[in-house]
Amino acid sequence: MDLSSISPVLLVASIMVSATPILFAAIGELVVEKSGVLNLGVEGMMITGAVVGFAVAVNTESPLVGFVAAAVAGAVLSLAFGFLTQHLLSNQVATGLGLTLAGLGLSALIGKPYEGMKSPTLPKLDLGPLSDIPGVGKMVFSHDIMVYVSILLVAAVWAFLKFTRGGLILRAVGESHDSAHALGYKVVRVRMIAILFGGACAGLGGAYLSLVRVPQWTEGMTAGAGWIALAIVVFASWRPWRILIGAYLFGGVTVLQLNLQAAGAKVPVALLSASPYLITILVLVIISARGAHGAPASLGRVFHASN
Amino acid sequence: MNRRTLLATVAAATIVSTAAWADDAVTAGFIFIGPVGDGGWTYEHNQGRLAVEEAYGDKVKTVYQENVPESADAERAITQMALAGADIIFTTSFGYMDPTLAVAAKFPNVKFEHATGYKQADNVATYSARFYEGRAVQGHIAGNMTKTNKIGYIASFPIPEVIRGINAAYIHAKEVNPDVEFSVVWAYTWFDPAKEADAARALIENGADVVLQHTDSTAPQAAAKEAGNVITFGQASDMADYGPMPRVSSIIDNWGPYYVDRVGAVMDGTWTSGNTWDGIAPGMVGIGEISDAVPAEVKASALALKDSIASGEYHTFTGPLKKQDGSDWLADGETADDGTLAGMNFYVEGITADIPN
Amino acid sequence: MLRLEKRPQPSREWTALSPLLAVALTMLVGGILFAILGANPFEAIRTIFWDPIFSEQFSGFTRPQLLVKAGPLILIAIGLSIGFKAGIWNIGAEGQYIMGAICGAGAGLAFYPSDSVLIFPLMLIAGALGGWAWAMIPAILKTKLGTNEILVSLMLVYVAETILASVASGLLRNPDGMGFPGSRNFKEWDAAFNSELITGTGMHWGVVAAFIAVIAAYVLMSRHIQGFNIRLTGEAPRAARFAGVNPTRIVILCLGISGALAGMAGMFEATGPAGQVSIDFNAGYGFTAIIVAFLGRLNPIGILLAGLLMALTYIGGELAQLMLGLPGAAIQLFQGMLLFFLLATDVFTNYRLRLTKKEAV
Repeated sequence: MDLSSISPVLLVASIMVSATPILFAAIGELVVEKSGVLNLGVEGMMITGAVVGFAVAVNTESPLVGFVAAAVAGAVLSLAFGFLTQHLLSNQVATGLGLTLAGLGLSALIGKPYEGMKSPTLPKLDLGPLSDIPGVGKMVFSHDIMVYVSILLVAAVWAFLKFTRGGLILRAVGESHDSAHALGYKVVRVRMIAILFGGACAGLGGAYLSLVRVPQWTEGMTAGAGWIALAIVVFASWRPWRILIGAYLFGGVTVLQLNLQAAGAKVPVALLSASPYLITILVLVIISARGAHGAPASLGRVFHASN
Repeated sequence: MNRRTLLATVAAATIVSTAAWADDAVTAGFIFIGPVGDGGWTYEHNQGRLAVEEAYGDKVKTVYQENVPESADAERAITQMALAGADIIFTTSFGYMDPTLAVAAKFPNVKFEHATGYKQADNVATYSARFYEGRAVQGHIAGNMTKTNKIGYIASFPIPEVIRGINAAYIHAKEVNPDVEFSVVWAYTWFDPAKEADAARALIENGADVVLQHTDSTAPQAAAKEAGNVITFGQASDMADYGPMPRVSSIIDNWGPYYVDRVGAVMDGTWTSGNTWDGIAPGMVGIGEISDAVPAEVKASALALKDSIASGEYHTFTGPLKKQDGSDWLADGETADDGTLAGMNFYVEGITADIPN
Repeated sequence: MLRLEKRPQPSREWTALSPLLAVALTMLVGGILFAILGANPFEAIRTIFWDPIFSEQFSGFTRPQLLVKAGPLILIAIGLSIGFKAGIWNIGAEGQYIMGAICGAGAGLAFYPSDSVLIFPLMLIAGALGGWAWAMIPAILKTKLGTNEILVSLMLVYVAETILASVASGLLRNPDGMGFPGSRNFKEWDAAFNSELITGTGMHWGVVAAFIAVIAAYVLMSRHIQGFNIRLTGEAPRAARFAGVNPTRIVILCLGISGALAGMAGMFEATGPAGQVSIDFNAGYGFTAIIVAFLGRLNPIGILLAGLLMALTYIGGELAQLMLGLPGAAIQLFQGMLLFFLLATDVFTNYRLRLTKKEAV
């Protein structure tokens, strides 16, 4: 077989674009889970972000305004989840799944008038001389701004959790809400903020799909990306930089397997098609075999300040 | 429990049912696999439904149900539609075949039309379009236009319909350009815009400058537009928004005339079962406007090919043709029979990849 | 100011009342939604909640269909609930359902066209084993290497879907099917067909199995030592360990039960209502069952009721699409709302509202 037609430079560039929606959604969900809340509604928030971002971008002719609107829309939807789980103490798993159902339905209703439309394109960021570096320039310095925003977001979340007092409180709330409450922290408020942040990030991820990666609006277009984002958080063992690795690994294998097919590799197509999932499992097995992993101790548990 | 008693009970249930839409209008029902806004397969069937409404106005009522999976849900959806009083029901995906037959046996007075299947009954007709005729025209243009001699093909599932399209396009690209190579990417989905976009990019990055698609979204068109010098063809619907480049032409599923005809037949009582497999000639397969990005002489020869297929003068699969393994398929001048085409599960000679299964 | 106060014991009245309140709220808000979409709200609500059970026109067909739709949901949800009680997160039931169908159907088709009475039991065992084996992958990875079962079970759903596409158009393809994908139709093969047991009731072996599973789960969780161990593992893992509960065994047991039940559900569905294994015969039962499990508060009786309620909204939603031309998306949104209200009103079972004076600042 001849795989010389696969260009590593283009491959890496494609992987970065392909992984960005999952990266946004996953880094948001990481913060939510770090605060001890499991929101399985990522898919619903993503697709709502996708449709709202698209609609606003079409109407304002500005993709960036679209992204902002998508973040707001994702956050608003997550508010419903937050209210139910934090104030009415509902079960998080079921509420999250309900959010996915509602989001899929809502987005389809909102999106009806926008089917078949084209959105304004998000220009590539001009990074001056960096973009002109042979190879690397095309590979990593030739993207639109949101690709870099997603990476910066990972760095920001990492720094926030590691170095700031707010990050410490967030982790404390996620590890033991009762102790955090006893220490005087507002558990519900902290969690609500985390949920809103997660919703906003999922919205951005969805908008990246509808405004850049595809770009168009069609009903059900997230096609399970939210579920992959959830899996990436687990894959990352709740650590920000591993989110980046996980999203790029998954996106990478997805793009690579299509490239291998396009180059005519003599590997069974069914195997290639399943490879992103199989390799993610495999890598997780290798990582977890070396120990050191763990969900926030209060993840998914209901908190009520009874005493 | 045997099948006969089952039928008896359902028949009893049928009698109890009173017509829901109690007026003189004939009711035509449609069962859709996707959302009507998918921009491709289901969208075009829904356009056909609208054409029926347009044609008959008050004399017809149409109903539909979208997103019906090809599972036990299909049989229930069809049954409910029949119970609700539909006079004719179009089931618009291959996987509805057995459910359609099963429901039809219980409702002898309702007419059923199943798309892309091969099982008929007294009250079940089948219909499909010879999309491969359109694929031949696409292949012709693609073979002429490619500079890299690499043509990318985004395929959905390895089923006869898709394989037929790949063969038809390949034969006619090869005819005008002996150096042409096909690379096929199997997406294992009919509709997943993100994956289709990735597949198109993968093909383009591997040197393809023509991308054909047998999946339903416009995502590959957008990916080609972004890449620049790549041409594409609209699939199922015209996708004219992406012309003149990258979309240089398209295959359009035009179900409207057939639906109007069949609903009309129910109205005047002349409906009979049968198998319709129409192509370019009656207009079930439309070739979208060939854009100016295609040189005039290529456009002319493509249209000539289209006309000769339409007139019946030329058959898309005309010998001499060999199968991929080198064995003989069609002798010189021989044309493929419909049975072989319907169940086609082999590539023609020259395609290098294997059909997955 | 309003605040919630925990009840010493769950309220019996509210356990019964809260679902009714939720349905009432859903009718109200859903009615507004339908009105906005241009449908008569009263008619829409009646079509969704009433017609599938009582309408003269449809109920003869749809009433049994409620069981057909609810059967697999309940069967899968019962298995999942046992694991959820123990804190074991199998969210890949969809994959186990698919593998059960493939193995069950495959085992039968290997003996086509035998009319032995042993065919169906063989398929049942193969189906259960298929689902069980697929669930054993996350189970073994978790117990041997500490790999998180959420990720592994979820990823295996997509792998199972690829295998399904592959066998439906290859290994299990109907040899008489003119090259089209999909297996032989079991409805045309009496020995292997999971037929309706009592005419006009919708009862097939899968529904019977679901009822048996409800009873068995009830007995297991409330009467059996393993049930106690499972609950203890979920509520206080450390205490469970001190009590001598082997966590590895609990993981294997819970994932095994849920995998086997999901596999059986897949096999019953493929050989009965669906009739064949085709590229996408799975219709998301494995995911919906997670909702059913939690809606039923992980309680077997609750799951039975939740499964029937979900089935009602599916079938009622289909009728509303059909009769009133409502878009499918509106029905989906409606289902999401119903779920929200059910979950929200549940709070009154365990808590009561107290009006308190605002404290001086």
